[in-house]
Amino acid sequence: MIAIQFEFTADQYERQCEFQAFVDSAIIPYAGRHDKEERICPEVLETLRASGYLGAMLPKAYGGMGLDYVTQGMLNEQLGRGCSSVRSLLTVHGMVALAILRWGTKQQKDDWLPKLASGEAIGALALTEPHAGSDAKSIETTAELTDDGYILNGQKKWITMGQIADLFLLFAICDGKPSAFLVERSCAGFTSKAMTGLLGARGSMIAELTFDNCPLPTTSLLGQVGTGLSHIALFSLDYGRYTIACGCVGLAQACLEASMNYASQRRQFGELLQEKQLIQKMITEMTVNVKAARLLCYKAGYLKDVGDPDSIMETWTAKYFASTIVTKAASDAVQIHGANGCHSDYPAERYYRDAKINEIIEGTTQMHEWLIASQEIRSYHVDSR
Amino acid sequence: MEENKAKIKQFLMRFIRKPDLDDDDDIFALGFVNSLFAMQLVMYLEKEFAIVIENEDMSLDNFRTIHRMLAFIEAKTSAK
Ligand SMILES: Cc1cc2nc3c(=O)[nH]c(=O)nc-3n(C[C@H](O)[C@H](O)[C@H](O)COP(=O)(O)OP(=O)(O)OC[C@H]3O[C@@H](n4cnc5c(N)ncnc54)[C@H](O)[C@@H]3O)c2cc1C
Repeated sequence: MIAIQFEFTADQYERQCEFQAFVDSAIIPYAGRHDKEERICPEVLETLRASGYLGAMLPKAYGGMGLDYVTQGMLNEQLGRGCSSVRSLLTVHGMVALAILRWGTKQQKDDWLPKLASGEAIGALALTEPHAGSDAKSIETTAELTDDGYILNGQKKWITMGQIADLFLLFAICDGKPSAFLVERSCAGFTSKAMTGLLGARGSMIAELTFDNCPLPTTSLLGQVGTGLSHIALFSLDYGRYTIACGCVGLAQACLEASMNYASQRRQFGELLQEKQLIQKMITEMTVNVKAARLLCYKAGYLKDVGDPDSIMETWTAKYFASTIVTKAASDAVQIHGANGCHSDYPAERYYRDAKINEIIEGTTQMHEWLIASQEIRSYHVDSR
Repeated sequence: MEENKAKIKQFLMRFIRKPDLDDDDDIFALGFVNSLFAMQLVMYLEKEFAIVIENEDMSLDNFRTIHRMLAFIEAKTSAK
């Protein structure tokens, strides 16, 4: 068992302050617009590129920031506090960048990592299909090997940033086995259709993607045929899950702060709401849950930084807890706001809609309940043998 | 070699219910491991033996048995 370090380094502390100030000034003022317009404002994309945060997860050698996982967690927490759609962008973009860093050939790394680090290219992850969600093994998109490369056919759905991404980390069946490919937006036979009308994280610029006899060079295969899910998707989704868990902590923190602000101003029955014990109970639950979720995230981040294999399960745990407490926190935030919680004049209703998405993406709540229990039962029986 | 073998076995025993696991038992064919295991094993081997498992090393054949893992670590560390 590995203990975790609770004390931040001076650099981590400084970064945390920097991220907080960035989100307050450059993200929060736009979050309502992202929700209404169902897109990330071009000026926010520009600010993100200039900030270097799109390369937060990449080493400096490729133009990234070379941040450790704990610090990346802080960044995602702050972005989650400000705007779930912007946090989603960083999640999917990072999943692509890290998969290439981890499993790419030298050529693939040289071709893509500097562009992803600077934000010149935006990455997106294309796994889900109309008939394959939680059961990722049943994807139907195929990549057929020919003399000139691969021919890609199929459809992907719900792809975050699918409307603007330049590069897709796409999963397809090749030779009967799940495999990963790097597919450029410019490839022949590719079309994307914007999807609107999402419940929450509405600025995620979701799209449905169609690949109709797309020719791919052999160099577009990432990793080996057959390792698409076991190594590449799992590795990418592990980072995705971690950043979502941290984003949920930030969103729950935003719910708590909005609730405390409102309860300190609104008077009923001659008293401020914050004096009412039933309101205090909700604030207590939010406070405690946010703190617990944050600690789970720090633990997962720390274990990633030291390369511990337990970090994978700790990330599942953190994402499960953080995504379930944030839906409760957001629901309570709406409750505390009363009618004002049901209207877009206050952010609580957006938080409420954004929160729920986290129980669907990167493994639904039920997938977490299935996996965490089976893993725990397995290790219990192994330990008590 | 014996020390490395003991370390690997100890790690595998956290996931595999077969105390008498043989050095040549195919852990994937035996069906003991779940979908997370491949990544957990990669992380473990990299951390414990200070190696980097790259694209060209991904073949499951390198990791099927304790013997193969030992040979793989040996090849990786001697190539450094
Ligand atoms: C906002 C948003 C962004 C997304 N972004 C991306 C993206 O960028 N890339 C991408 O590839 N995908 C993306 N997705 C898709 C997402 O990953 C899937 O929605 C998710 O994996 C669940 O799949 P599904 O929607 O098909 O639900 P299903 O798998 O059909 O599940 C429906 C319900 O049944 C439950 N269920 C399923 N199987 C079981 C079981 N064995 N036991 C118990 N319950 C079960 C589920 O938990 C869920 O409650 C996104 C989705 C949303 C909403």
